Amino acid sequence: MRTALSSLAIACACSILALTAPSGPARAAPESKDPIKITLNDWTGELISAHIVGEILKKAGYNVEYVPADYLAQFAGMGTGDLTFAPEVWATTAQEALDAAVATGNVEDLGGSGMQAREDWWYPEYMKEKCPGLPNWEALKKCGEAFSTPETAPKGRYLGGPVTWGGYDEERIQALDLPFEVVHAGTDAAMFAELKSAYERKAPIILWIYVPHWAPIKYKGEFVEFPKFEKACYEDPAWGSNKDAKYDCAKPRGDIFKAAWSGMKKKWPGAYEIVKAYKNDNKTIGELAAKVDIDGQKVEDVAAEWVNSNEAIWRPWVKQ
Amino acid sequence: MSIAAAEPAAPARSIDPAHVFWILAAIVTAAIVMLPAEALPAWARKYPAAWQLPFAAWISSFTKWLMDSASFGLFTVRDLTRAISWLLDQPLSLARAVFATGFVRGQGSDAVTVFPAIPWFSMVIAATAAGYAVGGRRLALGMAAGLLYLAVFGQWTSAMVTLASVLVSSVLGSIGGLLIGLACVRWRWLERAAAPFLDIAQTMPVFAYLLPMLILFGFGPVSAMVATVIYALPPMVRVTILAIRAVPEEIEALGRMTGCTRRQITWKMLVPTALPALMVGVNQVIMLSLNVVIIASMIGAGGLGWDVLTALRSLNIGKGLEAGIAITVLAILLDRFAQALALRAGAVEAEDAARRRKAFVSSALAIAVAFWLLTALFPAIAPYPEAWKLSTAPYWGQFVSWINVTFFSTLEAIRTAVLLNILVPVKRFMLALPWPWVVFLVTAIGFRLGGWRLALTVGLMAAFPALVGLWPATMITVYLCGVAVVIAALIGVSIGIVAAGRPRLWRTVEIVIDTLQTLPTFVYLIPIVMLFRVGDFTALIAIVLYAVAPAIRYTAHGVSRIAPELIEAGVMTGCTRRQILTRIRLPLATPEILLGINQTILLALSMLVITALVGTRDLGQETYSALAKADVGRGVVAGIAVAFIGMIADRLVSAAAAGMKARRGPPQ
Repeated sequence: MRTALSSLAIACACSILALTAPSGPARAAPESKDPIKITLNDWTGELISAHIVGEILKKAGYNVEYVPADYLAQFAGMGTGDLTFAPEVWATTAQEALDAAVATGNVEDLGGSGMQAREDWWYPEYMKEKCPGLPNWEALKKCGEAFSTPETAPKGRYLGGPVTWGGYDEERIQALDLPFEVVHAGTDAAMFAELKSAYERKAPIILWIYVPHWAPIKYKGEFVEFPKFEKACYEDPAWGSNKDAKYDCAKPRGDIFKAAWSGMKKKWPGAYEIVKAYKNDNKTIGELAAKVDIDGQKVEDVAAEWVNSNEAIWRPWVKQ
Repeated sequence: MSIAAAEPAAPARSIDPAHVFWILAAIVTAAIVMLPAEALPAWARKYPAAWQLPFAAWISSFTKWLMDSASFGLFTVRDLTRAISWLLDQPLSLARAVFATGFVRGQGSDAVTVFPAIPWFSMVIAATAAGYAVGGRRLALGMAAGLLYLAVFGQWTSAMVTLASVLVSSVLGSIGGLLIGLACVRWRWLERAAAPFLDIAQTMPVFAYLLPMLILFGFGPVSAMVATVIYALPPMVRVTILAIRAVPEEIEALGRMTGCTRRQITWKMLVPTALPALMVGVNQVIMLSLNVVIIASMIGAGGLGWDVLTALRSLNIGKGLEAGIAITVLAILLDRFAQALALRAGAVEAEDAARRRKAFVSSALAIAVAFWLLTALFPAIAPYPEAWKLSTAPYWGQFVSWINVTFFSTLEAIRTAVLLNILVPVKRFMLALPWPWVVFLVTAIGFRLGGWRLALTVGLMAAFPALVGLWPATMITVYLCGVAVVIAALIGVSIGIVAAGRPRLWRTVEIVIDTLQTLPTFVYLIPIVMLFRVGDFTALIAIVLYAVAPAIRYTAHGVSRIAPELIEAGVMTGCTRRQILTRIRLPLATPEILLGINQTILLALSMLVITALVGTRDLGQETYSALAKADVGRGVVAGIAVAFIGMIADRLVSAAAAGMKARRGPPQ
């Protein structure tokens, strides 16, 4: 029985091998056939970036494996070479983790992905009626009541990101003399759950939102226009409308970096060049994310479609 | 104390001297909190930063040394752990190949399937037959329905990935726990040495030791499995110790008289006799393994946990719920199957019935294997057809939205009332307590309940958070978990009393608590956030829902165990139902109820990881932030503080239960 089984298995294997043998255009031989492990984090934009990079690497002949990984835990994995490449590391949320990982010498920062994170105070469109003058930030000075809840009244309630994200919102409120109180969400899932809840009821809400993200595509609304960020604003109290305080401006726009295991350069030099050269922009990823989150398409299909129809963009990254 | 409160007008009644201690402690505590802030020296109100011990820095540098340079001469620690990791990967890869991925050659996108995984129809046939073989028609039906749910709702592939890892980690956890437990029974010193490690393993948030583990064992399913086993093994050890000790002396004596070797006595007599009790431990291992599925998925285990996480991050509540229920389905199937297997081990069956059953089962298995081979030839028939899939996901999303729009103002009123009347005052009270007094009080209670040894242990553990500068976060933890435990205990004990002795009701309750324990908290956390916003109240609901299960289980167990003669005696002497409850049932069941509350406390503490996700400022948040900043030492220190809270509660409650049992004399 056992021998019959195994010979059957081998027969099957052979037939499948014959079927899947590469039949397309000849591919350049990669330096190593070990899989390049690309991390999948848990937001759509990152999934799309990961799959786009993965598809390009596959077209260049590399072996690719996708590994679901927590955003913060992935740095430990890259440090040991268990993971190879993370396509989106946001300066705004993971700068410290990235710096710590790079400092060990085992992780390499591959520079910007071409995307820019914007994050700031955001409100749904219907709040404009209740607080005339928005999106100008000065309108908020008279709107504390409109954004208040029982615990914060008469002050407005501003839902900030997780404490770990930093952001200096308490300081910003002080510096700009806004009648608001900061409540921190523990995760962004909780933050957007509150947005969904409020949006359904057309209830007041103002919160920290970052783009590229699906929420501002799905829910209509705007960012508050604070005085534009300049480096001096965060360093010099004399800058801006409040002469005695720092942080009297908007938040800085942060780069979205790419990071890799530092051994990648040696093991897959060609692939290393590709991921280093990879660039994209907010608009493209935002639109692709909307296809997934709103139209219900599959991430793999959306990414593959982009790769197939934009060969002119990525072909130059692949060294022949 | 309740007597004093109920009959204040009876001054003739002298106060029981046993109560003086407690009354005094309460009065002094109240007085201290009411003192104006200036009355206490500054160092008592806030632990001075200069006195802090840099534990976190020590641990950070120790783990760095351990992970990077520690060596046994020929090879490093990391080589050793990586070798262990490779070893553990063998059964795991096999299980994954059989259930989920198929046998492949090559890796990544170059992988070529050599032989496919079990297709869904073979699995349903085989599992149903196996269910019939060990548990009869009822289990067979359950197996078929559960697996069909997974297929029909499109969860099959992910569910099989999760099944493979849970199966392997449950087996490892159960066997490992059994062996450690047996060793503890044989060598008393080992039991004493292992106890604190078991407590720490069960209460320390996984986030706290995630980073070092990822580096030592590698990023991927194996690390996830190690974390799962660490978390799920302690109950098995505890249950083994209890169960083996509970085997009647005569059995062991018989073994010795008939000349059995020590090994024969253990494996042929003690373990089989204790099997029913041991299965309780196996149940807990399975439940806890499925419990960390979400966290395991964050470090590369994938499967259902990842689906839940991704669905909820895009606020797809229905999809998250369906994947979450799939986890529960797996838990219940595995558990019921294991229970039936254990029951059968002792059962005797008529010979021809056994033969018929055997024939039926083996032909069903043959059919399943034949279908499997068929999919190897025709891979196209293997996947479950898209067109037959169902999803209720949109309705759940709409349902939560409907509640949100319709009832929000009512819910908001409840939330505000609980917050202002219970949570905020308790929080203020806890934060106002000066740390030296709390440490002293814990020590004194320890002395009162268990003597100087206990006093020293709990006193030192209580001082730890102050020493490392985590006092306020610790007090917030105690407040949140404390309120949650009180509420969970009230609900749990009442439900347990009502459900005990009513088998039909108990079956329903059991399904509900099994679901609560295995449905990932994240699944109901997001809807709760939608209805109650982020904050302590949301965390409170989540903790209560999760931690109520053991209170119910142990209470029901304790109440139904009471000898019927005692109840009868009560009825004959003319007790009312109420008197039977308050004078007979409750006092006799108190030790069990206390054990249940003990477990409730531990579960409440293990929920801190989750509450960190809704914005509480407790020790859970501390471990989570430490992970964000890649600060190993800070995370471990906060994790130890959590574990110490759990251990203090455990030691004090156990001492109280033991004292109560001793006062009541040996069981009848």
